Amino acid sequence: MNLNAVTTAIGQVATTLVVIAIIVAVLEGALYLLLVRILKTRLAVPIMLVAPAVVGLTVLILYPLLWELNVSLTNMSLRNFKDPGLLGLSNGMFVGISNYVEVFRDPVLKLTGFWQLLGQTLIWTASNVTLHVLGGMALALLLHRQMRGKGIYRALIVLPWAIPQVIALLVWRTEYNNQYGAVNQLLNMIGIPNIPWLSDPLWNFVAMIITNVWLGIPFMMVIILGGLQSISGEFYEAAEMDGATSRQTFRHITLPLLRPVLTPAIILGTVWTFNNINVPFFINQNELETSDILVTALFRQAFQYNRYGDAAAFAFIIFALLLVFTVYYIRRTGGLKGAYE
Amino acid sequence: MSGSAAVPSIPVAKTAGKAARIASSRGETPGKRFAIHAILIFAAIIAIFPVIRVFGVALRPGNRLLDSEFALIPPGATFESFRHVLTETDLPLWLFNSMVLTTGASIVGLLIAATSAYAFSRFKFPGRGVGLTLLLATQLIPAAMLLVPLYILAVQLKLANSYVGMVIALSVTSVPFSIWILKGYYDTVPIELEEAARIDGCSQLEAFWRILLPLSTPALVIVFLFNFLAAWNDYFLARILLTKQELLTWPLGLQRFQAQFQTQWNDLAASSILISIPVVALFLYSSKWLVSGVTAGGVKG
Repeated sequence: MNLNAVTTAIGQVATTLVVIAIIVAVLEGALYLLLVRILKTRLAVPIMLVAPAVVGLTVLILYPLLWELNVSLTNMSLRNFKDPGLLGLSNGMFVGISNYVEVFRDPVLKLTGFWQLLGQTLIWTASNVTLHVLGGMALALLLHRQMRGKGIYRALIVLPWAIPQVIALLVWRTEYNNQYGAVNQLLNMIGIPNIPWLSDPLWNFVAMIITNVWLGIPFMMVIILGGLQSISGEFYEAAEMDGATSRQTFRHITLPLLRPVLTPAIILGTVWTFNNINVPFFINQNELETSDILVTALFRQAFQYNRYGDAAAFAFIIFALLLVFTVYYIRRTGGLKGAYE
Repeated sequence: MSGSAAVPSIPVAKTAGKAARIASSRGETPGKRFAIHAILIFAAIIAIFPVIRVFGVALRPGNRLLDSEFALIPPGATFESFRHVLTETDLPLWLFNSMVLTTGASIVGLLIAATSAYAFSRFKFPGRGVGLTLLLATQLIPAAMLLVPLYILAVQLKLANSYVGMVIALSVTSVPFSIWILKGYYDTVPIELEEAARIDGCSQLEAFWRILLPLSTPALVIVFLFNFLAAWNDYFLARILLTKQELLTWPLGLQRFQAQFQTQWNDLAASSILISIPVVALFLYSSKWLVSGVTAGGVKG
């Protein structure tokens, strides 16, 4: 660790902070002059408050999205690596919507096409979210009582969430190793022969799901535990007086009263799982196309095959899929009612 | 819910909440309590098994790396791996780089989100509803989608291989989620508190700074923690923006590490422990705020 590298890091980050501070100060000063002194509007305060976020999100999210939309209509790739300009009109790179058509017609990766990847993504998302919610709910219900060692149990079970994900994934990947990985060693102890976790398509997919369930249950458990704590004990007393069984109590009191917490958590969990690039990327060490989901295929298409035009069109199709699902689910469950008040 | 309105009028039911739960857990048979502890212990073992295993591997002497044993402290345990990664590899540099970068990005992200969330919570302005929806929609964007344009943008602005682009990108990408969490929490703080402060002569921004922010500590801690973890764990952004040896962050370094020394399992294990300790400590420390910070916004709806 040499001094030069240390000063480089501190210097660059400090410079960035100063630059950001100056940009924000100039922005706010200009807005103050315009809104307070010249326009004298009552909206000055909220506009000045959101201005830095608006500028930042415009530069880092809106502009890249528009750029991506532009590229999706051109044939930009490593072989054709130049700035397409507006729609590639000036240099003949414009290809219209053919990239979007090709996503459904030609293989997205070397062999695997869109529909197979979509199927893999749906199986991946559905099994993970279901197991996250069931596991999180079971553990939260067990922990939601007066008992010895509650805090210790909670701290230990939350650990997978706290460990840096890249580390957890590198460790899991090593543990799936055919000969010296712990998973197969444990299976051998109970008389099950070695399972090829990293090379067999089916088992690799199972390995991805096991790893992600391990990673994701703590989040759901913490959310559901918070929801359980907000339910007043009076409801349970009333149920007890009416002679409700514990199953009836769960179905008619716990579950409905958990919904305001559970619905947003499920939406968020589904989106995160659908877009999870880390787990399928790291656990799939042998780059099996059967273990790719849409977002890892997108990464490979852009950064391993360098087909930028195709990847941009593919990205918008994935985004549209997720948007349709989310809007439908929010409408149906009324999950975010109240957040806009 | 309307059916339960009669319950509080019964005197016995006055002791709600905890008392009711204690009563019901007393009613449990020893067998059931034993089963609950057994399940929780089993879950805890699964949760920490990889961690225990990594500790065991990190302490192994170099010639027993591939042994099939699970002892927490293996025979011939040694701290050699820790000494090796700390003194003979670039791990300290990677950790330092990550720490500086992550701290800078998390602070900027928190400041931007805290002020914007205040506007969304306490003001009515045109575009507010649309803005909240768009912020939510950004959460649907696949990370890989923005990587190509951000890379090209960074090259054009000559920000590739520098922390300037990394800090800006890392801080801004976490802003939408942070605004939602903070807005949800601000909404639960009664506005009367700020109004009282303003009657006592505070300006609007003073009321925000002196009343609302201190009351929102749980949410601020959680948002900082989320931003910190997101930046600390970032792999893909760093992978496309940073290639210079002295700028690498730990996720990139660790990868290089694996390629450099084929299956040096104990070095990987020792580094993993050193990298995880600060974040796990931060996480466990703030876990008392975790529940209230995350769910306050949702519970209200």
